[in-house]
Amino acid sequence: MSNALIQVQNLCKIYDNEGVKTTALSNADFRIKKGEFVSIMGPSGSGKSTLMQILGMLDRPTEGKYFFEGKDTFKFDDDTLAEIRNKKIGFVFQSFNLLPRTSVYENVELPLLYDQKPDKNNEKKVMDALVAVGMEHREKYLSNQLSGGEKQRVAIARALVNNPDVVFADEPTGNLDSKSGLQVMKILQKLNGDGHTIVLVTHETYTAEHAQRILYMKDGQIIADDPVKNRRVADGEEQLLK
Amino acid sequence: MRIIDPIRISYKNLLAAKFRSFLTILGIIIGVGSVVIIISIGQGAQALILDQVSGIGSNLIGILPGASDEKGPPAAAMGIKVTTLKYGDLEALRGGKKVPEIEDAAGYVMGSQTAQYKGESLTVSFTGTTASYINVENTEIAEGRFLNKTEETDMSKVAVVGENIVRDFFLNEDPIGRVFKLKDQNFTVIGVFKSKGAAGFGTASADDSVFIPLATAQNLILGINHIAFIRAKAKSAELIPYAIANAKTTLRERHGIDDPTDDDFSVRDQAQALEMVKNITDVLRYFLLAIGAISLAVGGVGIMNTMLIVVNQRIREVGLRKAVGAKTADILAQFLIESAAISFFGGAVGIVLGVILSYAVYLIMQALQYSWVFIISWQSIVVAAMVSIGIGILFGMYPARKASRISPMEALRYE
Repeated sequence: MSNALIQVQNLCKIYDNEGVKTTALSNADFRIKKGEFVSIMGPSGSGKSTLMQILGMLDRPTEGKYFFEGKDTFKFDDDTLAEIRNKKIGFVFQSFNLLPRTSVYENVELPLLYDQKPDKNNEKKVMDALVAVGMEHREKYLSNQLSGGEKQRVAIARALVNNPDVVFADEPTGNLDSKSGLQVMKILQKLNGDGHTIVLVTHETYTAEHAQRILYMKDGQIIADDPVKNRRVADGEEQLLK
Repeated sequence: MRIIDPIRISYKNLLAAKFRSFLTILGIIIGVGSVVIIISIGQGAQALILDQVSGIGSNLIGILPGASDEKGPPAAAMGIKVTTLKYGDLEALRGGKKVPEIEDAAGYVMGSQTAQYKGESLTVSFTGTTASYINVENTEIAEGRFLNKTEETDMSKVAVVGENIVRDFFLNEDPIGRVFKLKDQNFTVIGVFKSKGAAGFGTASADDSVFIPLATAQNLILGINHIAFIRAKAKSAELIPYAIANAKTTLRERHGIDDPTDDDFSVRDQAQALEMVKNITDVLRYFLLAIGAISLAVGGVGIMNTMLIVVNQRIREVGLRKAVGAKTADILAQFLIESAAISFFGGAVGIVLGVILSYAVYLIMQALQYSWVFIISWQSIVVAAMVSIGIGILFGMYPARKASRISPMEALRYE
């Protein structure tokens, strides 16, 4: 457990919708090491997004244990969870979730606004994050003036700005064309190369194979946990698109 | 989070939906503006009324027919006719023997009648009074003379008129010596008042009135033998309590009253009258303020309504902010600052608009020749500003709490 960033034991999530109980996740048991690139793969409704939301501390499990950096998250109150999300976790969503009518710079700066100990290097942090995704030239653009691929790169910059331990990406290429999707995968692989732990949720085998390891899900259960034998490297794949 | 950040976010969000923000702010502008106007006009009107009442002198004592509670309005003021005061009572009070503290006293009867001059008719207020009026009320004659002591009782058909009567009835001709009809009796104008502008408490302004001898008014016009009220002038303000006590004793003797609780008259000084008028005008001001408060509350509900819509529209944004580390308190602060900003801005505009409109009322009242004063107290501005921010926070609390309690996961899923 020493080098496990994430460890879950018997994790379950049951939604209670006006008395109708739906099991979205049951008996999940796995570890993710620091610096790993893991894909959670499965068809729609398999529970992969639910799992990611619990791992990202956006939601709490109904049963089971979730240790983050060896600490039991069950004991954390909402404000502590918010602080962990702010400092140690970055999110990338399928629908980008950028603030409308707000500049690229301000969107990326957003997590820094909620930092309890703000420092004066915010501008450098934002610009570094924009440089990492190749969007520094669009700093002053409004979010609605960007293409889908650009929006997702800005969203990744926002996820990176606080230098988090882990980035959770939920179908990050789902709304993008192949070329933009590939660029996003390239950035995620590069981040992983720089030491960030990446957890990628996808329903596409092709996208999932950019990770080192794939957790296969079906009907709320993890049915397989395999390393990727022939890992795809996004950097060399542009040729395939031509 | 720095304090400037939620302010910046709120400013941006308000600008993003300009028309909606404007409509919400309008409710507060109207509320705060009306409170400022009401306070200003209320104070102006109170000052005007008190000025008019006090304009007739502070040495005066009023003797009214009928008993009354000292703090309440007299029976005569409530429209009840009491006939217990007679000319003899006036004579007893002003003789200087029984009540030496009284310098002079005047008796009054009043009514309104159609007056005719050169075929034109005008309904005028008339006052039947004694020669002593001019001394008691500190009035001056601009032209001609006032009634004399003989005319008080000999049924003379003479009249002294105010300058508005000269303007409206005699069409600015010199009225001295002119004859006009009042209830089919011919009256000759013998004098014109110097404009005073102020009405005595219970009497019409001399500017608008026709003054005729007391007995003439009683017998030829009204057909009565009582006096509506007596006003006495004490030799000095310090002597007023003695004058009141002696006046009461004298009247009790004349009316055969042993027990003061059986008094069929009441004696008041000007200070009491002023206090009473102030009480009445205060009630009016509070009533108007209550109306202003209601309009502010309506504005507040408008803010709540808008903020609930805003929260619904921005659920995903709330989810995202929470995902990147916003705490419950951060979201609460953001929405509260937004609603407080709406109401503060509305309040500021409302105050400016209220001051401008109050000034406009002042100009109009001046143009209408009222001695209106323009009063804007800094307290009313501070109160209006505090109340407007308070309303924003109070009515913004529910939507803000609602937003802050949204689960980030559900908010991000919200379509």
